[in-house]
Amino acid sequence: MAIKDTKKSKLIYTLAAWSVSGMIFFPILWTIITSFKTESEAISASPSLFMFDWTLENYAEVLSRSPYFDHFMNSVVISLGASLLGLLIAIPAAWSMAFVQTKRTKNLLMWMLSTKMLPPVGVLIPIYLLFRDFGLLDTRIGLVIVMTLINLPIMVWMLYTYFREIPNEILEAARMDGAGIKQEIFQVLLPIALPGIASTLLLNVILAWNEAFWTLILTAANAAPLTAFIASYSSPEGLFYAKLSAASVMAVVPILILGWFSQKQLVRGLSFGAVK
Amino acid sequence: MGSITLKQVTKSFGDVNVIKPLDLEIRDGEFIVFVGPSGCGKSTLLRMIAGLEDTTSGTIEIDNQDATDMPPAQRGLAMVFQSYALYPHMSVRNNIAFPLKQAKVDPAIIEQKIEKAAKMLNLTAYLDRKPGQLSGGQRQRVAIGRAIVRQPSAFLFDEPLSNLDASLRVNMRLEISELHKSLDTTMIYVTHDQVEAMTMADRIAVFNGGIIEQVGTPLELYQKPVNQFVAGFIGSPKMNFIAVEPTSDDATCTLGIRPEHFKITEESGRWSGQVGVIEHLGSETFLHVNVDGAGTITVKADGDCKLAYGDKIHLTAPDEKIMHFDKDGVTIPSLSWGEGCTYSAA
Repeated sequence: MAIKDTKKSKLIYTLAAWSVSGMIFFPILWTIITSFKTESEAISASPSLFMFDWTLENYAEVLSRSPYFDHFMNSVVISLGASLLGLLIAIPAAWSMAFVQTKRTKNLLMWMLSTKMLPPVGVLIPIYLLFRDFGLLDTRIGLVIVMTLINLPIMVWMLYTYFREIPNEILEAARMDGAGIKQEIFQVLLPIALPGIASTLLLNVILAWNEAFWTLILTAANAAPLTAFIASYSSPEGLFYAKLSAASVMAVVPILILGWFSQKQLVRGLSFGAVK
Repeated sequence: MGSITLKQVTKSFGDVNVIKPLDLEIRDGEFIVFVGPSGCGKSTLLRMIAGLEDTTSGTIEIDNQDATDMPPAQRGLAMVFQSYALYPHMSVRNNIAFPLKQAKVDPAIIEQKIEKAAKMLNLTAYLDRKPGQLSGGQRQRVAIGRAIVRQPSAFLFDEPLSNLDASLRVNMRLEISELHKSLDTTMIYVTHDQVEAMTMADRIAVFNGGIIEQVGTPLELYQKPVNQFVAGFIGSPKMNFIAVEPTSDDATCTLGIRPEHFKITEESGRWSGQVGVIEHLGSETFLHVNVDGAGTITVKADGDCKLAYGDKIHLTAPDEKIMHFDKDGVTIPSLSWGEGCTYSAA
């Protein structure tokens, strides 16, 4: 009886898992399929899932109409640049919070995280004015700075959690062995925390790659990443669903591939510290 | 050289005084053990000597040089931690080489020192393994190897055997004692295990509530404890304490008798009671005797003791082996039986 029950519940769980996964994946699948339709098929009242004339013309047109690779390079530079710059600031911050704790460390961490709860539109005007006055509008460096600031609390939190898992005694042993702060961080802490640092980097690359609010507001042409490239297909002349889908697919495919190959690392990284 | 002098050293965490003003002279080449119950401040003091904790007040001198504010690396001390604290991403070779690389020692000399330490600690076959691939005992040896190669003026051990199983502990205890004899370097060893303290130490410092109750050789502490705490802490099984009626304010309040000093008689004795639980260890037997008016008393008997649960027995102890403590637990020396107190159940 017990075995039967287990088999039955396993089947139910499996079906439930596939249904939820299907629901989550369906919009992406629909976008991919639409990208291979003509514009008329894309807006058809009775859309077909697979039975239509498959075409690559949307991709050809999108590539000929907009400088895709410029946007792609902007996305790469902004997301990688922001993540690396963020790590540079977050590692020493998380080190001090994890290993040189004071009475207010927890409050500081909570305050940092609370900034993520603030709606971005709340600081839109001051940031826009600052960017305008410092000549940072539509520049890659400007976007790198803003993305770094946006994701810094999450980076510090993630790294803090990883660092807390490392026994303090190992760092104390390094101190006894003659290591200074630089050697302690670079030769002992970072190699041990490498998996955590890698997942922090990956997650932040993904977050920065997908960020649309600030990239649409602070860029026009020169520093516009792929999110701005997608948005450009929603024009005053109307929505071009098929081309919009083709642009979306081209924008998300690089990050999907990155996410696919690093999913093990990401899951491990995100659940790190949850169970000891 | 490896003498360490503590002068009026204190440590406070906020309002809590973990170490109260304390003086201690650790001689060059000495094996001193800090022993005491959990939270008594022994590990904190060791960490203060290491430089891993700041000293609130007082001075720490290493080789007659004030080291109170020196960073850990400059004190010339090496520490072995309870959790081994090996670098998990480095091989055994690199773990041992780490302090030498920090000191920018010539690579050829580093290699020589690694080989020598590995040979001494039976680690030669494991030099290219990572710590995760070693047993607990081997990891502890690597930690010791990492300490040895620096040729420190003193070794600090923070409960290094706590994570090992019982048989390995005995082996490692011997190995550390032999290491001390061969290196002839000062060693400060922290433990809560009084057997470790008794078997390894040249001198023992007994800690309690942030103060040192007594410093002395193992036999001094066993034979002449200054107070009831030390008497109870040193010796296994622990000393029996029997409350008595003092005849004056500064007279005996408690008698202390070690389990091994009781004589069991069938006819008559100072105390009489009924045998409770019996623990046969082969070479000796521990009897837990329920004595009228004195509670449960532990008595050490021969290995072939034939007594059984419930047997009625009488206990006696030689006068010179009975210790007397006043109302503050301080030892009252050289009193004979019945002097300064009355024992109602006797």
